Amino acid sequence: MNDIPRLDEEALAELQDVMEDEFGVLIETYLADSRTRISGLKEAADTGDAERLRKAAHSLKGSCINIGVPKLGNLCFELEVLGSEGRLEGAERLLTAVEQEFEEVARELENFNQ
Amino acid sequence: MQMCDASSPSLTSSSCSAFAEACTVNLLIAEDSHGDRMILAALLRRLGHQVYEASDGLEAVAMFVKLEPDIVLMDALMPTMSGMDAARRIKALAGTRFVPVIFITSLASEREQAGCLEAGGDDFLLKPYSRVILEAKISAYSRMLNLHRSVMQQRDQIRTQNEQMLSEQRLARRVFDNVAHTGCLDASNIRYHASPLSIFNGDVLFAAERPGGGTLIFMGDFTGHGLPAAIGAMPVAEVFYGMAAKGFGAADLLTEINQKLRNILPVGMFCCGALFEADGKQGSIRVWNGGLPDGWLVRVNGERVAIPSMHLPLGVQPPERFDVTMELFPAATGDYVVLMTDGFPESCDAQGERFGEDSVRQVLEGLDAGDHPFDALMARLQAFTGHPDPADDMTLCCLEVGIGGGVTDVAESTPESALSGSGSWHCVYEVRDRALADFNPLPLLLHICMEVPGLRRKSGDVYTILSELYSNALEHGVLKLSSEWKKTAEGFSLYYEERMRRLSDTQGHYVRFTLDHEPRVEAGRLRIRCEDSGQGFERQENTMGARAASVHEYAGRGMGILKRLAKEVSICGSGNCIEIVYDWEFPAQGATSQ
Repeated sequence: MNDIPRLDEEALAELQDVMEDEFGVLIETYLADSRTRISGLKEAADTGDAERLRKAAHSLKGSCINIGVPKLGNLCFELEVLGSEGRLEGAERLLTAVEQEFEEVARELENFNQ
Repeated sequence: MQMCDASSPSLTSSSCSAFAEACTVNLLIAEDSHGDRMILAALLRRLGHQVYEASDGLEAVAMFVKLEPDIVLMDALMPTMSGMDAARRIKALAGTRFVPVIFITSLASEREQAGCLEAGGDDFLLKPYSRVILEAKISAYSRMLNLHRSVMQQRDQIRTQNEQMLSEQRLARRVFDNVAHTGCLDASNIRYHASPLSIFNGDVLFAAERPGGGTLIFMGDFTGHGLPAAIGAMPVAEVFYGMAAKGFGAADLLTEINQKLRNILPVGMFCCGALFEADGKQGSIRVWNGGLPDGWLVRVNGERVAIPSMHLPLGVQPPERFDVTMELFPAATGDYVVLMTDGFPESCDAQGERFGEDSVRQVLEGLDAGDHPFDALMARLQAFTGHPDPADDMTLCCLEVGIGGGVTDVAESTPESALSGSGSWHCVYEVRDRALADFNPLPLLLHICMEVPGLRRKSGDVYTILSELYSNALEHGVLKLSSEWKKTAEGFSLYYEERMRRLSDTQGHYVRFTLDHEPRVEAGRLRIRCEDSGQGFERQENTMGARAASVHEYAGRGMGILKRLAKEVSICGSGNCIEIVYDWEFPAQGATSQ
């Protein structure tokens, strides 16, 4: 899992080209969206709502791979699988990993945006 | 939707894709992830498209109704109405309009993907978005939309044109009906099937009572379909009804119809037709068949006589080569005559097998006493095709000889001419020599009499008197034929053979009509004197075979008719001259002349 890069710099460069002046706004939007979704993930795990966990993880996964953040996307996919299988035991450990990875992503994206 | 060239459906969709940047498509994106939506919208705008954004399913449906986008891109998983529900709604709202719905999804299970398509989705777009795939998909759907739109335009155009054609046909039918009214087709002795729109398949059927009694039926089948086939029917109807009312016989009608059609129809267009004439008094029928399937004489004694086509169709031959010879048959009360257009034997069953003329023959041969040929033929055809309604292009007509119909004075309903003619006149008209063989003076004489206002209403009486006088003068006076012969089958043919033979030598003979009319108050008196070059009664007894029989025949039957119609009937000279006094009144005055 460690061989998956944190940022897909090629994808991000392409997005920068597409979004032009809006790229900064996009990064801010992604980060804000993701924070909301991560707290949604935690709520789902706390309440033991496997279906909600699956959906939220699926959505976050989509956003991550779209914007060029494959490693976080992959962690979300693992959470999605847990949700769809109804196994919430391992969810807490994965959620912690998601939160840590997100903080790293946020820091690096801010840098990239400079 | 704005197309590369919306005004020109001939511009092909491939040329549209060749200039993809010129094709603006209106797209609706429904996606709850704000970031993903921004990326997709930016990508599509850079491709030159108009983009609307919705953040959930409910909003997507509302925006679809308001903005009518061409293509919808929709995330499958969204709060407040899932993408699948929204897709179903949108497809339902679009109706017959084709609106592609493309689901946006990150990798999902096959089952989930199938669920999206079942909800009416047309395609998938996977995250992360590929600019190349996105562009290719949008341009593919844009081509499809173009194609669909031009198909719909053509469909609408065809529908509009078809509606217009039907309404024009209904209008044309009304005009046609005014010219070609059904005549006496509704008489109790005539049964027929003709589709209301058969005229646009080229079939026509007319029937008229002759002024002095007897029935004329014309059945025609023009080549071709639609308006071209219907156009020729108008002049035929005018000639048929116009001439029949004026007392012209079948041969004159055929000659006129043929000549008229030959003048107006383009080469290659003609009218297969049959003209049928039933003589009310003589117990004979005449049929001319030019190109129709075999007609049939179904005799009450069980005999079946085919009446095959012996002539080219109408409108083909130049007048000098047109042959009006009619098949002549003795007929008795209860005999049937059957005429049909080729749509009848050519009707097909579900397997495409044709009914065929042999089946017609079988039906007619299998008739029991009391069976009506019309019912039997229609029932067999219905059983054969398996359809309750026969096709539009078949016409079948069946006349029962000698019952119903009878002498009806068609002129009673004939509108008066706006011009009023003379009430006081005298005229002498003599037919002589060869003209006795090939000219019928009755329409002319009738026409003169019909110039008197009020007398036109009595055209049946006048025609009967004139034709009775003329046929007596010609056949018994000049040709010395005996109607006694007509009482046997052999004598019947002998009579008409002799008539034909003797007509070839009428040199020195004549039939002379002298007509006088004097007006009275709301009434009038018509005197008709008919004189022939024959030898009269006394001498006739010495002539071959005719003897007194012809005199008796004349006195017995013809005299009876004349006496019934006229105020006075007197025989003068040596019996070769008869004088009639016919009084008539306007019906408003109460009693008629009869």
